[in-house]
Amino acid sequence: MNDANLLYTDVETALQESVRDLLTDRCAPEKVIATYDGDRELQPKLWRSLALDLGLAGLLVPEERGGAGASAREAAAVLEELGRFAAPVPFLTSSVIATEALLRAGDDALLATVAGGERTAAVVVPFSTSPDELRATVRVDGQGALRGRVTSVAGAVDADVLLVPVEVADGVELHAVEAGAARITPVVSLDMTRQLADVDLDGASSTRVVEDGGDRAVRAALELGAALMASEQLGVAQWCLDTTVGYLRDRTQFGRSVGGFQALKHRLADLYVMTESTRTAARYAATTAADDDPDRHVAALMAKSYCSDSAVRAAEECVQLHGGIGMTWEHPAHLYLKRAKADQVALGNPQATRRRLGEVVDLPMPTT
Amino acid sequence: MTTEETVRADLKTRVDALLEAHDPATVERLDFLRAQFDAGLAWVHFPEGLGGLGLSRAHQTYVNELLAAAGAPDNDPRRNGIGLGMAAPTILAYGTEEQKRRFLRPLWTGEEVWCQLFSEPGAGSDLAAVATRAVRDGDTWVVNGQKVWTSSAHKARWAILLARTDPDVPKHRGMSYFICDMTDPGVEVRPLRQITGEAEFNEVFLSDARVPDAHRLGAEGEGWKVANATLMNERVAIGGNATPREASMIGFVAHTWRTRPELRRPEAHDQLMSLWVEAEVARLSGTRLRQKIAAGQPGPEGSGMKLTFARLTQQITGLELQLLGEEGLRYDDWTMTRPDIVDFTGRDPGYRYLRAKGNSIEGGTSEILRNIIAERVLQLPAEPRADKDIPWKDIPR
Repeated sequence: MNDANLLYTDVETALQESVRDLLTDRCAPEKVIATYDGDRELQPKLWRSLALDLGLAGLLVPEERGGAGASAREAAAVLEELGRFAAPVPFLTSSVIATEALLRAGDDALLATVAGGERTAAVVVPFSTSPDELRATVRVDGQGALRGRVTSVAGAVDADVLLVPVEVADGVELHAVEAGAARITPVVSLDMTRQLADVDLDGASSTRVVEDGGDRAVRAALELGAALMASEQLGVAQWCLDTTVGYLRDRTQFGRSVGGFQALKHRLADLYVMTESTRTAARYAATTAADDDPDRHVAALMAKSYCSDSAVRAAEECVQLHGGIGMTWEHPAHLYLKRAKADQVALGNPQATRRRLGEVVDLPMPTT
Repeated sequence: MTTEETVRADLKTRVDALLEAHDPATVERLDFLRAQFDAGLAWVHFPEGLGGLGLSRAHQTYVNELLAAAGAPDNDPRRNGIGLGMAAPTILAYGTEEQKRRFLRPLWTGEEVWCQLFSEPGAGSDLAAVATRAVRDGDTWVVNGQKVWTSSAHKARWAILLARTDPDVPKHRGMSYFICDMTDPGVEVRPLRQITGEAEFNEVFLSDARVPDAHRLGAEGEGWKVANATLMNERVAIGGNATPREASMIGFVAHTWRTRPELRRPEAHDQLMSLWVEAEVARLSGTRLRQKIAAGQPGPEGSGMKLTFARLTQQITGLELQLLGEEGLRYDDWTMTRPDIVDFTGRDPGYRYLRAKGNSIEGGTSEILRNIIAERVLQLPAEPRADKDIPWKDIPR
């Protein structure tokens, strides 16, 4: 496990540059802020450009199954850039989580359309679900249709097809439902750059994707989502650090650059060290997932724990150290605070994650 | 054969020849080490004739493996860390030919232990403020002052010494760098007892100690430049080697948690796991740093590593004492001792907790490291330097 390459390959760097160029051009902060006021004009075009023009939708899918044949490392590199821009696109929910579920489930026809970017998919679980706490609440009724309600689902707003864990007598199946057959109600979310929705299935017809072991496929998908979301959190932390350092260098009070005051520069030094540690944790999770390393489970739990908290701290420091401007609607700092806080709670909160990690590395919580 | 294979084959031949002529099983340890030095196999990155072959530092690892496999003695590098890590590279860079020939061989073999006379009670973070005076008297210098935090001073034959030779110019320009004879009658070494009870370090009092001008390293007034070369080598030595998971301080707490279920407290679990994650991320950050250096992308992460290491050892050892409860109220031994080798993980949890307090002070305080990161990495404004352009003698103190 010491052989894991924690650096960026030339291919990953080039990929990041092309994503960054596109986002610089098409994902201006004021447009992202406008999504909070209900302006969703940005999303569809931006996602088409990323999914189709750059071919990111099928990054995780092998070429023979209709994808780009890249790995979790490249997907992580993309997520880092998406985090840096707080980009409101369903890459994590469709191209990572739903795609991984389909890869595990073996539905190649549906997989190919998602990988090609023609259709966008979402796994129907509350976004706060930890990979180890998956509970299926949807059931099959007497007519063979799906009935149930799942709240706070990420990616459903953008989805063409929903992947629904369904509880059956002897386990969990995974079903595909056309988005049009479900009632998808967008909810006002803490992070409107990844707006959640409540999904009601009132007798929706579905196709069974996996009969047996649907829970395993979904758990694996959520774990990969948590492992790679760490890179998104790295992008958030990096933006917060870069922006705060730049601002404190330029901002003058008491006749000097405020970045020269030790009370502030020491906090920025700590933020820098923490961001570099975040990179280590995120890269380790990505590379162990890419290599299917035996340590990938530990790596994912570590990354979720560490990067969740560090992104939040970076965003909170960003707001505080900007002073008044950091509290305004106009300044983009709040986009990152909201993204960081939502990511922290999503896919297993850090305390639950550490509790689970304790079981995995034989440092269990006492049972009494 | 590739160049690398040629180099290795040549090293193998040289090692075999050394072993052939000096069988480790029969030859005296010191004789073997001297022969190893003379064969250029002591530190292959040093020049020929000075214990090396002008190769890269990495090749020494290969030589050491071959020698260890043959049962050859080593030079016990931990006994002479200051000599090997700091004095030797500085002598190599700034010494005269005569100084190199005189000092490097017995330094490497460990016959002569070295210490470092840099810090003073009034010159800690502000090392360039040293007040120890060296006044010229013909061909020698007469040195007066007090040095502190000197490890190995009571065992050392020689010291690298930073002293003020010109108080009339600004502080950075008035220092010179010397090699001081620790057996000189003007040198008095007193143990400096720490909060752990032991005396890992010493205070050194210099009262008319005499240093021949032939033992000056670098030009008169260039002491700061030479000292910086020394300190740079100290930082190269940090960075460390690959270690397995839980090989650091966290291993002790993890072991306690696993083997002593009766001590497990639910309210401590999240803190334990947070620190476990941080320790593992820090370990992997060391791996990433080494990968960057190997890929020719040396980054500024090294200074951050020490900040993290200091904070983690302190937090982890603090948690360990709390977990132990009643046992955490005991201490193994307050008797004053002078340990040969410093081991942060040695002794009992109470010792580890107290010794860890030094980690954020020694080798650059955490506060100074934050300044360095903020200024050199993040390009934030430097601290105001009120004493920069005034003669040293006029600086308020």
